[in-house]
Amino acid sequence: MKIYGVAFLAACYLIGQILGDALGLLFSFNGNIGGVGFGMLLLILLGDEINKRGWLDNESESGILFWSGLYIPVVVAMSSIQNVKAALTGGWTAVIIGIVATLCCFALIPVIAKLSKRLKN
Amino acid sequence: MELLTKWLVKHDLIFAFLTVGIILFFSFIVSKKLTNNKIPAAAIAITLGLLLAYMGGNKGIASIPLFSGMALLGGNMMRDFTVVSTAMGASISQIKKAGFIGTISLVLGVLMAFLLGSIIAYALGYHDAKSIVTIGAGACTFIVGPVTGTAIGASSDIIAISIAIGVIKSVLVTLLTPVIAKNIGLNNPETAMIFGGMMGTTSGVTAGLAAVDTKLVPYGALTATFYTGLGCLLCPSVLYYLTTILFN
Repeated sequence: MKIYGVAFLAACYLIGQILGDALGLLFSFNGNIGGVGFGMLLLILLGDEINKRGWLDNESESGILFWSGLYIPVVVAMSSIQNVKAALTGGWTAVIIGIVATLCCFALIPVIAKLSKRLKN
Repeated sequence: MELLTKWLVKHDLIFAFLTVGIILFFSFIVSKKLTNNKIPAAAIAITLGLLLAYMGGNKGIASIPLFSGMALLGGNMMRDFTVVSTAMGASISQIKKAGFIGTISLVLGVLMAFLLGSIIAYALGYHDAKSIVTIGAGACTFIVGPVTGTAIGASSDIIAISIAIGVIKSVLVTLLTPVIAKNIGLNNPETAMIFGGMMGTTSGVTAGLAAVDTKLVPYGALTATFYTGLGCLLCPSVLYYLTTILFN
């Protein structure tokens, strides 16, 4: 049943959100700390365990895959509901940061590759 | 016309499915025919989304009643739910395969992007912790930015900037990877894994690597898959906490 997969995903999501909200309260932030990250971690850890025991069949798994297939469409819808007019008053912020961050990360790749070789030797 | 609008508003979520489907269909055609698959369709579609938002008001295109369904489809709950679902397929054995150097590059990649983004944001005049962290998170990927911004309560215009940064990064990674692959020694599986961990944007990494050598794609994708998760974990928590200490 596809709904088993969706329900399992929902459980991971909700537990992740609870953890995030609880952490938010704990550190008295107004918000959710890492809830999505916890949800993903749970899905990986529990999913692994469940796979080993064969509790979720392919049919159930396809319930989760359906939602991950909707990821980009949902992100597209999300971009379309932002306050872009106000964001444009920020001018070149996005362009500058996008370019600098990307180039610097590129530059670090050979450094880490060298480090990796040195660690192996 | 008015009747049609009223009728569509009644079915707003379903109309949003249709709208987004059309946007993606159009983006795939543009990506294939005009850019020869050099710019990922996802990046084009998100850019189109931002353009649509510009036509609307402070709630983007959802400010127009006809498109109110976009606010349901693209709302925080749906976004977080689908983001979590992408962790499906990543497994512990894969994490082990990525190994020590993959992990290092992931952590460095997230920290590096976040630091650069937030420092430049500060230099450009954003001086409150929420904006700085959201923009810094946007320098990770176009999903880490909005997830972080929503979690810590940043405003929609800042979130829009963070999405735009992520999109620019994804396009740049796609276009620049084949050009500078030689210079950074990107011709073996290990460097491809480091590359995926450093850049993080899955669409950019897979499209970029495909242009260099399709055999390298799975290695880059392997580490890139974990990037968004790690970013969503670190940015609204530890990194936000440290930033508030610094600025309050």
